[in-house]
Amino acid sequence: MVGGGGMGGGLLENANPLIYERSGERPVTAGEEDEQVPDSIDAREIFDLIRSINDPEHPLTLEELNVVEQVRVQVSDPESTVAVAFTPTIPHCSMATLIGLSIKVKLLRSLPQRFKMDVHITPGTHASEHAVNKQLADKERVAAALENTHLLEVVNQCLSARS
Amino acid sequence: MAAAAALEAVAPTGALWGLVHDFVMGQQEGPADQVAADVKSGSYTVLQVVEALGSSLENPEPRTRARGIQLLSQVLLQCQSLLLEKEVVHLILFYENRLKDHHLVIPSVLQGLRALSLCVALPPGLAVSVLKAIFQEVHVQSLPQVDRHTVYSIITNFMQTREEELKGLGADFTFGFIQVMDGEKDPRNLLVAFRIVHDLISRDYSLGPFVEELFEVTSCYFPIDFTPPPNDPHGIQREDLILSLRAVLASTPRFAEFLLPLLIEKVDSEILSAKLDSLQTLNACCAVYGQKELKDFLPSLWASIRREVFQTASERVEADGLAALHSLTACLSRSVLRADAEDLLDSFLSNILQDCRHHLCEPDMKLVWPSAKLLQAAAGASARACDHITSNVLPLLLEQFRKHSQSNQRRTILEMILGFLKLHQKWSYEDKDERPLNGFKDQLCSLVFMALTDPNTQLQLVGIRTLAVLGAQPDLLSSGDLELAVGHLYRLSFLEEDSQSWVAALEASGALAALYPVAFSSHLVPKLAEELCRGELDLAKGDEPTKCSRHLRCLQALSAVSTHPSIVRETLPLLLQHLFQMNKGSMIAGTSEVIAICQSLQQVAEKCQRDPESCWYFHQTAIPCLLALAVQASMPEKEHSVLRRVLLEDEVLAAMVSVIGTATTHLSPDLAAQSVARIVPLFLDGDISFLPENSFPCRFQPFQDGSSGQRRLVALLMAFVCSLPRNVEIPQLNQLMRELVELSCCPSCPSSSTAAAKCFAGLLNKLPAGQQLDEFLQLAVDKVEAGLSPGPCRSQAFTLLLWVTKALVLRYHPLSSCLTHRLMGLLSDPELGPAAADGFSLLMSDCTDVLTRAGHAEVRIMFRQRFFTDNVPALVKGFHAASQDMKPNYLKGLSHVLNRLPKPVLLPELPTLLSLLLEALSCSDCVVQLSTLSCLQPLLLEAPQVMSLHVDTLVTKFLNLSSSPSMAVRIAALQCMHALTRLPTPVLLPYKPQVIRALAKPLDDKKRLVRKEAVSARGEWFLLGSPGS
Repeated sequence: MVGGGGMGGGLLENANPLIYERSGERPVTAGEEDEQVPDSIDAREIFDLIRSINDPEHPLTLEELNVVEQVRVQVSDPESTVAVAFTPTIPHCSMATLIGLSIKVKLLRSLPQRFKMDVHITPGTHASEHAVNKQLADKERVAAALENTHLLEVVNQCLSARS
Repeated sequence: MAAAAALEAVAPTGALWGLVHDFVMGQQEGPADQVAADVKSGSYTVLQVVEALGSSLENPEPRTRARGIQLLSQVLLQCQSLLLEKEVVHLILFYENRLKDHHLVIPSVLQGLRALSLCVALPPGLAVSVLKAIFQEVHVQSLPQVDRHTVYSIITNFMQTREEELKGLGADFTFGFIQVMDGEKDPRNLLVAFRIVHDLISRDYSLGPFVEELFEVTSCYFPIDFTPPPNDPHGIQREDLILSLRAVLASTPRFAEFLLPLLIEKVDSEILSAKLDSLQTLNACCAVYGQKELKDFLPSLWASIRREVFQTASERVEADGLAALHSLTACLSRSVLRADAEDLLDSFLSNILQDCRHHLCEPDMKLVWPSAKLLQAAAGASARACDHITSNVLPLLLEQFRKHSQSNQRRTILEMILGFLKLHQKWSYEDKDERPLNGFKDQLCSLVFMALTDPNTQLQLVGIRTLAVLGAQPDLLSSGDLELAVGHLYRLSFLEEDSQSWVAALEASGALAALYPVAFSSHLVPKLAEELCRGELDLAKGDEPTKCSRHLRCLQALSAVSTHPSIVRETLPLLLQHLFQMNKGSMIAGTSEVIAICQSLQQVAEKCQRDPESCWYFHQTAIPCLLALAVQASMPEKEHSVLRRVLLEDEVLAAMVSVIGTATTHLSPDLAAQSVARIVPLFLDGDISFLPENSFPCRFQPFQDGSSGQRRLVALLMAFVCSLPRNVEIPQLNQLMRELVELSCCPSCPSSSTAAAKCFAGLLNKLPAGQQLDEFLQLAVDKVEAGLSPGPCRSQAFTLLLWVTKALVLRYHPLSSCLTHRLMGLLSDPELGPAAADGFSLLMSDCTDVLTRAGHAEVRIMFRQRFFTDNVPALVKGFHAASQDMKPNYLKGLSHVLNRLPKPVLLPELPTLLSLLLEALSCSDCVVQLSTLSCLQPLLLEAPQVMSLHVDTLVTKFLNLSSSPSMAVRIAALQCMHALTRLPTPVLLPYKPQVIRALAKPLDDKKRLVRKEAVSARGEWFLLGSPGS
């Protein structure tokens, strides 16, 4: 489902991108340390799941490239829904689908099963926004993509902790 | 008569003939050593051995000849020191001649030559002749590895002892060696061969026209690509080969023209290890190269380094690239130039500037930092490079700071400026006017002050760090700048919302105050004093939280700037006066305020430790004040002031203990003796004469019938006497120890009896072995045994036992094992069992107030290991023997011991303990579960092989515990699930589906901290055996 892309030793599509600051670790509150108080899943928690995903091209995280932002995460714990919008660094970024897929897989692996999740491109920020969104929303296509060893490898690399 | 003598001579030679025959014809190995031993003992000479060998050395069958020569060579290897010059000459001739013999004979011949190469009696000229013969007759690379190694050994031996002779051979020697090693493949031999080449070059042997050949024959191994086979008995690591080859390649500028193109090619390759090795080798080369060698390659080298630093995802490549650039620049800076030569440094730096400076103008873009790092790597190489780069970059960055108005952009720019300023600290400039920063000082100051007033915390922080670096430059800041800076620091010290800037401001104040005490005394301390007075008034009126926090900040600021002796003389009286003010009842003092003052005092004391004079000043000023306040507070009085009650609280006493300890540990022994002569009589005899304000309503007698308040102050005595240097004699020691033991088992007040036990233990630990120590020990043991029998003071006796045991365990006293056993016995005591289990934690941990290394206690470094080895078997045995309801105590005790043990010590013991730990996981006690999990987690990381035998149990138990009612246990269990992924993947894969299913449940845990661990554990399990992980 994703084209070859600019992987490997070739030239980068965007060699000198804008870098954004990383938010620090979420401070632990007294409530979070109290055994009795339940903590609901909120936008920051979802953002913390996806902000450290690595960009497929750069040694940078999606947060540092401003591909994901906390304000573009909508979550409702009682209704079990999550919506994440992401913004490719350039409108023709060939990595958009791959980035969307990585976010989707990360959420699938990290959220309780009850959640219904929607990962899409921030409206108006990519040339083939509609097509990418359609692919990401299609469960069968996502499942099929993860059967592809090469794609799974790239996604896993994006989700691995940097050494 | 003559016949008898002849017979005597024949008898041993007859034996020799037998031995030789057994070795040569009988193919037995033993006789060789026998013959060698007989030669050494003088039973017969080497000549006789040769005669005995006679026919076998000339036997037409090569195997027999080989065997004969082998015997001779083995004898020579053991006896070469006995050889006479004459013999050596003959033997050499013989062996050289044999080099032409059948190939089966050659290995033994080489062994013989190796023996002779070690021979001191070797006459001049023969070394050269041997080497010539080898070069001429032997095709070394067609020999087996061992024999090639022998050839290298012969060469090495001669190079060590006959350097001058070999040099006489000129370049022929080098050429001969090149042919010897050409094609070598064995890593063991390569290590020796590289060593020889290194010596050839470094000891200045003639290379003649063979420089390129010598380079080729070694550089063909670069970059080293060698993976030792599993279970390699030779233990040669890839790193050994890399380093020894690098030593060769980087040993001479004469290789430069061949090596540099090779390095550039390998940096440009795709293989990470090749890049790293090339960059590191380049770095090493720069130590011996000069401008001449580098000249033609500088543009390519720079292009490669720049590309790597700009594009790499690997921090190691970046670091090595920067290091190489640093060395290149240092090398260019260092070279001595001929008058007419162009200085390459300037053009090289100009190139770097040209490629990097425009990136500095884009503070949001990715390449800004790599560019800054490259420039800083070059600038850090020499004062000249630093000047060249900063004089170009600083004006640019100053301008960029003004152009960019966003705080985060300014922060990046200022952070870069800070990097360049720090580099200037490396160089000292003799002449004041030459200092390159002088010209930028005003701009830099105004920029820093702008940063300090910016609302963005991150920018403030960089501003504060920059200010500290500017201040550290000698004679840079004017007194006007300093006054402004102090004003800013004062303001930042009281910033309320964000703690980071405030902490940084205090640190900077401390650093700058040490350099500019006058500026801080005149501009900061008075303001803080004023603030403190205002705080006193505010507190008197009733506390508002914001004012309270201002008050705390003020106390912290006072201690932070006490980094110069002259400032301490102003701040300490302020703090003490403040404490007295509270006592006068003019304020409503809470526990937290008094503790805050004590903490400030403690920090001041810490800062005084470095300077003996300040240290004594602090001690003799603060300690009597604190004691006077405490003694006064302990006096029975009709109307207790609030402070009086507060001062005797446990937490406040603990804070005072830490002030007294800190103010005592660094005293010189004679001053400490002055102090001890006052303080011990205060507690034993109620001698209050040295206390200020010492009119008390009744006597101070903490050890006699004094009130419980007075007894509590024993903690302060403990803080003092247990921090004294070991050689300070304590007056009335006998009486003191007896009083302490008595008080420690007195059931009235747990905190004073514990303090007495600790004090007793602290003194015991420092006493030299001898009768006095034994008496005190007997006293304690008797008291403990009496107290442990059923009665009211069992728990006090237990506490005394625990502390005395600790004191002895730390110093490896022989009695410690006996006391530890007593303690272990208490694990099955229904009343004291749980306390005894927790006691093991105390035995193994470091205390903060007594028995510390800082407080001069005798603490042997291996005491934990020793405790472990001595006691764990007994604990395990006790566990098995204990009744079911006592088992948790043993597990808990054991958990405490294991937890504190350095992991390398623990690993070998694992197999025996693991089953017990696994059993402990099923124990229902949360503390045992938690401590077992925290013990297993590092073991999973460090000893995955051992742990993988138990994977089934581990998975099941960890998953069970991940739904424990205790949040801490759930978290620890999930961390262990995460650590499990370090086990070998094939072991884990069968469990993967089950684990991923099971970990879905904690993803929906009600606690966020648990979910976080579940997410990272589950994520790792997904990656197991999956491509790309």
